[in-house]
Amino acid sequence: MSFLDRLFGKKASADSAKERLQLVLIHDRTDLTPAELDSLRDDLIATISRHVEIDVQSMQIGVEHDGRSQRLVADIPIKSAPRRRPKKPQ
Amino acid sequence: MPAQVITITSGKGGVGKTTAVANLAVALAADGSKVVCIDGDIGLRNLDVIMGLENRIVYDIVDVIEGRCRLRQAMIRDKHLPELYLIPAAQTRDKNAVSPSDMNRLIKDLRPDFDFVLIDSPAGIERGFKNAIAAADRVLVITNPEISAVRDADRVIGILEAEEKGPAALIINRLNPMLVKKHDMLSADDVLDLLAVELIGVVPEDENVIIGSNRGAPVAYDTNSRAGQAFRNIARRLKGEKVPFLDLNHKGSVWDRIQRLAGRK
Repeated sequence: MSFLDRLFGKKASADSAKERLQLVLIHDRTDLTPAELDSLRDDLIATISRHVEIDVQSMQIGVEHDGRSQRLVADIPIKSAPRRRPKKPQ
Repeated sequence: MPAQVITITSGKGGVGKTTAVANLAVALAADGSKVVCIDGDIGLRNLDVIMGLENRIVYDIVDVIEGRCRLRQAMIRDKHLPELYLIPAAQTRDKNAVSPSDMNRLIKDLRPDFDFVLIDSPAGIERGFKNAIAAADRVLVITNPEISAVRDADRVIGILEAEEKGPAALIINRLNPMLVKKHDMLSADDVLDLLAVELIGVVPEDENVIIGSNRGAPVAYDTNSRAGQAFRNIARRLKGEKVPFLDLNHKGSVWDRIQRLAGRK
């Protein structure tokens, strides 16, 4: 990486390689494409919303790796309600 | 003690499997072990030329399996190391000429007479790879610090775990310390971070490897070569010794540096 590249804030090529590999390996290991992850996210929102009101805008879902094993990590903030709504009679 | 059976594989082609097998075999045999290496790349044999034994081939592995010769007849003794043998691949057949159970039988016959059986796997994850890992006690995955090689290594490591041949140990081959320093090549730490496996060696890029291949004399014979040193260290680690990793940023002696400046190294 040349001095000029660094001066103009260009990312080192080894760093791009590592970042790209991190993403590609998650998909290779889990067989989960970004599109599938999105649809999983939508299903989760639908399911959880049936029970509790959640803040969809600040919800985070992703795959993290721990050694060679992967875990699905979801951070789903619940909207605070001043008082819980009484359950509708079924 | 029966032999340790070690397979070297990579997923991606051209990362240095055959070179690694030849060099580890030479290093182990030069250190007093009885070694036989098997070229598992049927149809695309190369271990014979890297070891400089191509003119001595009479029978090959498929001849043994199909009963045209005895096992001992297909074993070629090395020119320099009397305790080193090669069983060459067949050149005019394909991978389906051998099955995993053929490999198991062949290696069972070799185990009592050797300290190490090294198997050179073909690239890919198909039949030839399955044959190469069938009898392995231990699998070494070799990769280059380069995006596609690391990705394929990860795939192979996953398959080895699923086949209960893991955990694999990793050789990072052809690392260029200058490029790593400039952040233009993944470092050994980067690769380990991504693959999360045990490291057994880092081999620096070294033109002596090509010179050795040209002559049919693996670089492990060359006491001045850094890559040769790295392969000799891996061989000692295979024997269970604790050997510190090479400092690849080491500048060498003043004389080394002068030679490098003069373009001789």
